[in-house]
Amino acid sequence: MARPSLRTRSPEEQAARSARIRASWLLSTPALILLTFAAFGPLLIVLAYSFVAPGEYSGVVWELSGQGWFEVLFTRDIFDDTVSLAQAHLSIFWRSASLSLLTTLITLIFGFPTAYFIATRPERQRPLWLFLITIPFWTNLLIRTFAIMEVIRNEGIVNTVLLNLGIIDQPLQMLYTYGSVLLGMAYVYLPLMVLPIYASMERFDFRLVEAGYDLYASRLDILRLIVLPIVKPGIVAGSILVFVPSLGAYVTPRVLGGGNNMMLGNLIELQFGQGRNWPLGAALSITLLIIVACALVFYVRAANREDPHG
Amino acid sequence: MADRTFEVRRLPGMAAIAITCFVILYAPIVTLVVYSFNAGSSVALWEGLSLRWYAVAWDNVAVQEAAIRSLVVAASAAAIATVLATLAALGTTRTGPFPGRMTIYTLINQPLMVPEIVTAVALLIFFAMIKVATGYTGLAYLIAAHAAFCVPFAYLPIRARLEGMDLSLERAAADLYATPFATFRHITLPLMAPGIVAGAMLAFVISLDDVVITEFVKSAGQDTLPTYMLGQLRRAISPEVNAISTALLALTVLLLTAFFFLNRKRN
Amino acid sequence: MQAPAPTDTTSPLPAIEARRVTKIFGEGDDAFQALDAVSLSIRENEFFTLLGPSGCGKTTLLRLIAGFEQPSAGHILLEGKNISNLPPYKRPVNTVFQSYALFPHLTVAQNIAFGLQRLGKPKAEVADTVERMLRLVKMEHLKDRRTSNISGGQQQRVALARALAPRPRVLLLDEPLSALDLKLRKEMQIELKRLQGETGITFIFVTHDQEEALTMSDRIAVMSEGKVLQVGGPREIYDRPADRFVASFIGDTNFLPAQVISTAGPRARLAVCGVEISAALPEGVEGPALTMALRPEQLRLEAAGAAGALQGVLKDTVYFGTDTHFHITLTDGTPLIARVQNARTAEHAFRVGEPIGARPQADALQALHD
Ligand SMILES: Nc1ncnc2c1ncn2[C@@H]1O[C@H](COP(=O)(O)OP(=O)(O)OP(=O)(O)O)[C@@H](O)[C@H]1O
Ligand SMILES: [Mg+2]
Repeated sequence: MARPSLRTRSPEEQAARSARIRASWLLSTPALILLTFAAFGPLLIVLAYSFVAPGEYSGVVWELSGQGWFEVLFTRDIFDDTVSLAQAHLSIFWRSASLSLLTTLITLIFGFPTAYFIATRPERQRPLWLFLITIPFWTNLLIRTFAIMEVIRNEGIVNTVLLNLGIIDQPLQMLYTYGSVLLGMAYVYLPLMVLPIYASMERFDFRLVEAGYDLYASRLDILRLIVLPIVKPGIVAGSILVFVPSLGAYVTPRVLGGGNNMMLGNLIELQFGQGRNWPLGAALSITLLIIVACALVFYVRAANREDPHG
Repeated sequence: MADRTFEVRRLPGMAAIAITCFVILYAPIVTLVVYSFNAGSSVALWEGLSLRWYAVAWDNVAVQEAAIRSLVVAASAAAIATVLATLAALGTTRTGPFPGRMTIYTLINQPLMVPEIVTAVALLIFFAMIKVATGYTGLAYLIAAHAAFCVPFAYLPIRARLEGMDLSLERAAADLYATPFATFRHITLPLMAPGIVAGAMLAFVISLDDVVITEFVKSAGQDTLPTYMLGQLRRAISPEVNAISTALLALTVLLLTAFFFLNRKRN
Repeated sequence: MQAPAPTDTTSPLPAIEARRVTKIFGEGDDAFQALDAVSLSIRENEFFTLLGPSGCGKTTLLRLIAGFEQPSAGHILLEGKNISNLPPYKRPVNTVFQSYALFPHLTVAQNIAFGLQRLGKPKAEVADTVERMLRLVKMEHLKDRRTSNISGGQQQRVALARALAPRPRVLLLDEPLSALDLKLRKEMQIELKRLQGETGITFIFVTHDQEEALTMSDRIAVMSEGKVLQVGGPREIYDRPADRFVASFIGDTNFLPAQVISTAGPRARLAVCGVEISAALPEGVEGPALTMALRPEQLRLEAAGAAGALQGVLKDTVYFGTDTHFHITLTDGTPLIARVQNARTAEHAFRVGEPIGARPQADALQALHD
């Protein structure tokens, strides 16, 4: 059909179009204003704070300084001014990274079978099983962390039972260890892994499995060659959904890790509390933000590549 | 329809792991709830059924204040977030594609992407400036912060509802002499109402659950239930915290169940 | 807001006039011209049909008339007034949507009352009109049902009643029958015709079903690729198709190449496959080479060799119950189909593979624009 080379809008078309666009923006504006003031606007202030000097007790002194960023990785000795790597920070970075990756792995190992299980229930049962996953998902994170804490405390139910059975003669120190933080994080973030995997599994056509068996596949082949590749977008989404908040976790390591198992989130908090080094805290925040942004970009790329429908 | 001798959907081990998973998910929560009814002060030794710790929590002025504050903040934040999210959802779904729509989506969903601790720090800094400048240290900061991160949670179900709604309904209304306002009032609003209710409920639950942002934004003496509990965890804990947790849990489950049935009726 | 007044006076002005209406969607490389300088004049009280294949711009034209889209160029006039600047809710035009677009949260009666209430009619009048409309479309017994709980045919009738209730000057119907099964569709065709007669409202009806268009319309506009190719009564469109597209879109047609031998005024003598035939030449059609359209039922079969008949070989016969199609290849290779009604007694004597003659009826050959 004719392809018009020149496109000018009639006044009526133009008027209708601009009215439409104006209405769209006008309706979205109140939400955008709130978010500007109480969500992403202040992020810019954090960015600015990371480039100024720390104040004596708290706050900042308004002069340009790379001090905050410098201290993310290095320390300067108070006495002889020598510069060395900030070992404390490095070990916290390493702990954050390893805990987040392990959390993702553990939730995947438990979450995938759970999602598979729900997706293979009879249609009428599925909402109920899903509901059972959503309850912990919406339950206060602090309450769930607290529940884990009570179970593994020295005076908690596990130790009490073991002691009474005479298996141990003094309580196992489970709380305030690397392991307790890992357990807690895997516990609180598990629903975040199950839900997206289930979402992609729900649309999975099990006739494909029949076709697979028909073509001499073993059960392992079915899982490896048919189910996993097709639900991969859900696995990627779930992994991101677990990895990103794990990296910024604050409550769980604080409650279950005590002072010796700090993660990045706790280190940031420290700079605004006792440590009182706001520029360093700001620089650490921006660092966390950048890592998360990278993870999200990776996810969007992977999702676009995986999804043949665009 | 299923083959009795060979169930194609069955993969060995899946069900076992899944059941383990459900047990692990629920065991700590159930323990917590059970010991909130313990007569003794241990969270491991059972000394008999009692509502003692509920009474203790109920009589605790700090808990009372925190509970009321939590509800006030959650209700205000959910109301604000729902109104703003409704408007934004109307703007982004009812008028067809327009330049900048992607930007608006991204901005609205931004609180879902930025780690809470970063937002918390940013708000701490920003609100500290305003507090110094104006001298006002009331609840408005908390409500604004909560409303902001509740916006995407309210927005998602409302937008989903609107996207499932045929645009020709509004055209039909306009064709039948309804002004844009009348169309909204008589057609769009009634049809989107379930989405709005769902969005408001999610926003309420999300606000009620927040710890991190509240912990950083609150002024002195502005504890909500979760931050009060966080403070208690540092001290010796008594089953009083179990009782508070159980009450909060009950509220969440209640809202979710309502949401579940609301959804169900619709489908 | 203006209330549509009843159309009892026959005004000399056309009910709807489209003046060189063009609609372009998108821009740049994505720009797509859905309507190309469409001009139409639709008379008061007319049952006017827009007929054309899928994607030819029928819905777009209706949406422009209803006010959901604005023309990129040109104007739309309602009884002589330019309405391009009026929003849909100020146009005394109602639509029966292709998907019906019934309000799912309202009952049948509330749906029908909707337009009247928006026009601010008094309660009693609204109730009255709704009752009348329910009777008109035979839906009284279901008036308190939700519209999601009634059948497709019933939904269609509610959509019709809802659009008729405010007595619009013009009713737009976008393939209202396409979702119905064949039997219901035939019934609704008669219903619609009756309603149009009873209400005296101008109907603009969209369909891509040529039979539906021919049986229902006062006049038909045949559209293709955003253009109006021909406007006329059903007979005129069928008997005198203006071009190849119209001829092939409406009914079955044979296309025969012809050479002009001589012209005399509006008539010409032509050579068609070695046979000399006289035919009328429409204005603007000139030789020497022409394409002629010939309906299959306007041929009589004869024994081979008769003078004035087209000669060929019978390739195949296909039995259709009421009639039989004869597939013939003419001596110059042109395929030709002749349709002959089956008589109960006479068994035809033509055999496949043998020569045959086919004689066009007088003036059956139509010269086409290219
Ligand atoms: N909003 C739009 N944006 C871009 N192109 C459009 C738009 N609306 C319609 N078109 C295009 O314009 C052309 C005409 O569309 P229209 O809906 O008018 O066809 P139609 O004749 O009603 O077809 P059908 O019989 O299938 O309903 C189509 O090719 C369609 O793709
Ligand atoms: Mg159409």
